[in-house]
Amino acid sequence: MSTFPIAIPRPVHPTGLWNWITTIDHKKIGILYGVTAFIMFISGGIEATLMRVQLAQPELDIVSAAVYNQLFTMHGTTMIFLAIMPLGAAFFNFVIPLQIGARDVAFPRLNAFSYWTFLAGAVMLKLSWIGGATDAGWFGYAPLTSIDQNPGKGIDFWIISLQVLGVASLAASFNFIVTIINMRAPGMTMMRLPLFTWMSFITAILLILAFPVITVALIELTFDRYFDFNFFNVARGGSVVLWQHLFWVFGHPEVYILILPAMGIVSEVLPVFSKKPLFGYTTVVLAGAIIAVMGWMVWSHHMFTVGLGPVANAVFTITTMLIAVPTGIKVFNWIGTIWGGSIKINTPMAFALGFIAMFLIGGISGVMHAVSASDAQQQDTYFIPAHIHYVLFGGAIMALTSGIYYWFPKFSGRMYDEKMGMAHFWLMMIGQNVTFFPMHFVGLDGMPRRIYTYAEGMGWDLWNLVATLGVFILIAGFAIFILNMVKSWKSGPEAPGDPWDGRTLEWSIPSPPPEYNFKEIPVVRSLDDWWNTKQGGNVKEVPVAGGSGDEGHNIHLPQPSYWPLVTALGLFIAAYGVVFNQLFIPWAISIIGTFIGFVGVYAWSLEPVNDPDEDSAH
Amino acid sequence: MVTMKNRGVFGSVFINSSRTQKIILLLMSLAVAVLATGCFIIDPNANQSTFEPLGPVADRQLTIFWWILIGGAVVFVLVEAALIYALVKFRRRSEEYVPKQVHGNTRLELLWTIIPAIVVIGFSVASIDALFYSADVPKDEPSITLEAIGHQWWFEFRYPSPDDPESEVVTANEVYIPVGIPVRINLESVDVIHSFWVPKLAGKVDMVPSEGNHMWFQADEAGEFFGQCAEYCGTSHASMKFKVVAVSPTEFDKWLSDQSAPAVESGDPLALEGAEVFKSTGCSGCHSLKTIARSGSKGRVGPNLAHVASRRHLAAGMMDSSDGAGNVNDAYLQENLRKWLENPSEIKPGNIMSSQAAVYTDPDKSLTERQISALVAYLTSLK
Amino acid sequence: MAQEHIATADHGEHEATTTGLNHRKMLMWAFLGSDCMFFGSLIATYLVYQGKSLSGPLPIDVFDIPVTSVSTFVLLMSSMSMVLAYSALNRGNMKAFRIWMVSTAIMGSTFIGFQIYEFSSFSTHHIHFECSEVAEKIEHGEYVKAGHNHFYQKECLDQNGILKADHHVDEEYGLKPQTNLFGTTFFTLTGFHGAHVTLGVVWLLSIFFLSFKKGVITREKNLDVDLAALYWHFVDVVWIVIFTVVYLFGVFEGF
Repeated sequence: MSTFPIAIPRPVHPTGLWNWITTIDHKKIGILYGVTAFIMFISGGIEATLMRVQLAQPELDIVSAAVYNQLFTMHGTTMIFLAIMPLGAAFFNFVIPLQIGARDVAFPRLNAFSYWTFLAGAVMLKLSWIGGATDAGWFGYAPLTSIDQNPGKGIDFWIISLQVLGVASLAASFNFIVTIINMRAPGMTMMRLPLFTWMSFITAILLILAFPVITVALIELTFDRYFDFNFFNVARGGSVVLWQHLFWVFGHPEVYILILPAMGIVSEVLPVFSKKPLFGYTTVVLAGAIIAVMGWMVWSHHMFTVGLGPVANAVFTITTMLIAVPTGIKVFNWIGTIWGGSIKINTPMAFALGFIAMFLIGGISGVMHAVSASDAQQQDTYFIPAHIHYVLFGGAIMALTSGIYYWFPKFSGRMYDEKMGMAHFWLMMIGQNVTFFPMHFVGLDGMPRRIYTYAEGMGWDLWNLVATLGVFILIAGFAIFILNMVKSWKSGPEAPGDPWDGRTLEWSIPSPPPEYNFKEIPVVRSLDDWWNTKQGGNVKEVPVAGGSGDEGHNIHLPQPSYWPLVTALGLFIAAYGVVFNQLFIPWAISIIGTFIGFVGVYAWSLEPVNDPDEDSAH
Repeated sequence: MVTMKNRGVFGSVFINSSRTQKIILLLMSLAVAVLATGCFIIDPNANQSTFEPLGPVADRQLTIFWWILIGGAVVFVLVEAALIYALVKFRRRSEEYVPKQVHGNTRLELLWTIIPAIVVIGFSVASIDALFYSADVPKDEPSITLEAIGHQWWFEFRYPSPDDPESEVVTANEVYIPVGIPVRINLESVDVIHSFWVPKLAGKVDMVPSEGNHMWFQADEAGEFFGQCAEYCGTSHASMKFKVVAVSPTEFDKWLSDQSAPAVESGDPLALEGAEVFKSTGCSGCHSLKTIARSGSKGRVGPNLAHVASRRHLAAGMMDSSDGAGNVNDAYLQENLRKWLENPSEIKPGNIMSSQAAVYTDPDKSLTERQISALVAYLTSLK
Repeated sequence: MAQEHIATADHGEHEATTTGLNHRKMLMWAFLGSDCMFFGSLIATYLVYQGKSLSGPLPIDVFDIPVTSVSTFVLLMSSMSMVLAYSALNRGNMKAFRIWMVSTAIMGSTFIGFQIYEFSSFSTHHIHFECSEVAEKIEHGEYVKAGHNHFYQKECLDQNGILKADHHVDEEYGLKPQTNLFGTTFFTLTGFHGAHVTLGVVWLLSIFFLSFKKGVITREKNLDVDLAALYWHFVDVVWIVIFTVVYLFGVFEGF
């Protein structure tokens, strides 16, 4: 029975492909995010490999200047928005409800919508290679992105797909904020939250505040390009520096959005494999929050050479140097965690430790460009990509990889191959350093960034060649990783619920978890409640039923839905309609897409209620 | 339990580890050694190295770098050592053993908050002096000023005319400065954001349209310094370079006077033919041969060619016409001019000449072999 | 099988939450926080470019504060009718609820109507004055409108700076987004606000029409109205900021 005039019933226990298309289960959505993000990561890696091959020797002609400029733009945009952020989202989705003792997120359909919208944005961006991708750098400085300078559609695809991706990220962040605040198991106070959930919470707050700024910047750019507005029009008094301010007010919190979840993962893995709690839990949480707040005060360190003047540069030097303090605190606390512990170095632990080692290097080079005086010689040279890749590759990617191995048993129900895992680790460690450390050298030796080739005799030949060779070591590592994942997921040995003697709630349920996650919603008595339960420190109580039911019957679970996908599809079509706004009838495609989106939204809000008999867990 | 004899930390770490861990430690030490050697392989003589500061601004900036590097290296060694030490000393020896569940140590955490805070504030405050120093020419010394205007993908340079304060001498891609005298450079751009960077003399400042940026540097010794655009500015960003030539003040005055003199009129018949071709095929539409322009006037699309044959490099630092001693070698110059005229896109992909000049866009109007030779002769005569 | 006809989300409005606050209410607050940053960036852009237009028309040339004050008042009153609608619903008075909902939507639409009128009058703004009368005004120390000043210089003074007393100026002097920085930033900022209001009106009318279906909106099932009210008040507060910063500050000297 429904109140919607046309009764469109919800899908009932769909199977196969339809199951995945209409799913609203956070665990499946997490896997969708993870697999998609990994494919995008590979595409970004191919872009990087082509770049490095082109730069292996001076004056090579493997790719043209025009293609190279598209490569570095797409590589940066892909890695940040299509790889690292969604990999983080994969973990938010899969892990957070399990860690807080919930059955799903606050808004399961919104969750699905976030994934499909992300996929839409990703597809749109990657397809833009056809016909010429954007080539103005991932940061798209005005006026290089103006319609005069860049009349092609590449920039438009970049702008609009970023807007679509923004919608996805915002929707997901709203969902996780409400979930973490409002769906915690009884007794799970904020200061008993696992660190990964805490960092993800802070990340989500950062995201909902930072993304609107780039949304506005992109809107302003779009209006300039399409309708001849004057936001970045120097001839009418506009300032191109405004773009940079808006972009970096978003851009700097964005890098903390990239790294905080990774730090959260490390803060989970280290305690488990040292058999010790995180050293200074409160301090680490506070440090994360302080980083998030201070992250708003440093953006102009990306603009030290733009000519803001010595006073502004001095202020931002000081604020940027100060943000090194909470970051350092975390590193020291991590060492404090393993100190005096019983350390087992398996694959997830190795990657987590590798993160600390590599992130430290990236942090130190970061301190070097924090000081405006020395940054004048480093900005826009290879010294900066060196820093970037130490914090994002040796940092974020290593931590995310640690998370993949750590939670692999939980999401797949199987154990991965440990030997292959360690081989992957060593290849990644060595490859990362061989590829990116030499960039410090050539950068300080005067090699600018974003150049498709360089002359002989500049002294840069050797280290560029070394860096390129390092890429192949990394590729070997990824090949082993993919093999391990596929092989283990298909036929690895079955994993118990708690293979690692873990500390947090996700290890108290079977691997993989049943659809309803917890048979009984746990009552939490302390931080690391599961660990304490095992050590005998807690008395486990049967919870009072709050509609959560028992023995898996009468557990009220949300049912799958078509409408998130339909809404995302509408957005996708509308987005293409903006880029191709003169095709057929002007703006027709956008109008159709918007209409479909509205149908999706209305149907979604008026969707028939679940039949209680239908949705009991099976 | 094996008792540890007093072999010192590293000795005990090395000998008591299992074989695998020994190998791992060795490998890591090797890696660190190799990487560290790299630090010594950086060639300060490399053309754009920041490690050979030849002027006070670059020098101050490098000093700041060294201080932070030392600080960073100390932190790196201490933290990595603590990490590796912990990994070895506290490695798991038995699955049953549960270590003491320490939750933190407030005093320690406060300590490692306050000390780093003091250190970073110290470093940043100490660096502010260098920041203000590099912002503008020292007030108490005489200096010269010149304009650097960024174009896609070449540098226009203008000097105040020695004869007329309302005029400027216009040149391109090669900028001469007098040794030992502070030089203020006003930075502008006619299209997108570029950046003016001569690593051996100073860190970069961007050339932003309508922002009125400026920077300064000073060369402490005579020589040729490599510069390169350091802000991504489109297709041929990689091909936008320039040279700074520092000469004695007397030589500088002479150079400026030569540059402000009208273009040489050669008597050579082929060169005269070339002058005709220059006009008839439209080169003069984009390339001015007038050396003097009104102050603040808008430049042309292409570099001023009045004295192109006096420049050691062509196409914004892309082709070298100099002999070993820094003089222009006519044979090289002619070869380079010919290469450029035959196919500019090969030297500078996406360049505006190839995309806008009729001789490149219209197959019927392409330059003949004869026309190219004439142009080469003409341009070579423009000393 | 007796089921509650809950036409909206799966979990009713009464599931247990950690804070006791409804999920969707929290979502709306989070969304509004984010929307603050959105409008904040647009307002920041406006402020950065204030006074930097290279040519007119400028705010003082086109703004009609009395008219805009009326539309502002209408929008403010619509917030009041929204409160009355929610209050009526809470008392179970469906008729009053519907009347106040429609009133809110009508007032919101009126505001949009004013905006449209304003936008089109700005873009077709005409300037006409006699050079003589302007000269008098300047002599008597009266404020000469900033954009008009440019015309005065250009049209009324000959090359020796002498007034052309019989000359009168009659020109199109429209403000479009493409005209100058003021046009660009003004239309973008107020345009997006207007879009938010429009979406709000659509939402309010949807609730209004849905309320005719039995059991969809009731005294107990009032969350949707609560959420719409929150959104509506937010849009109103943003307008107060815009009216102050853009209109009032733009017209009165000293800002």
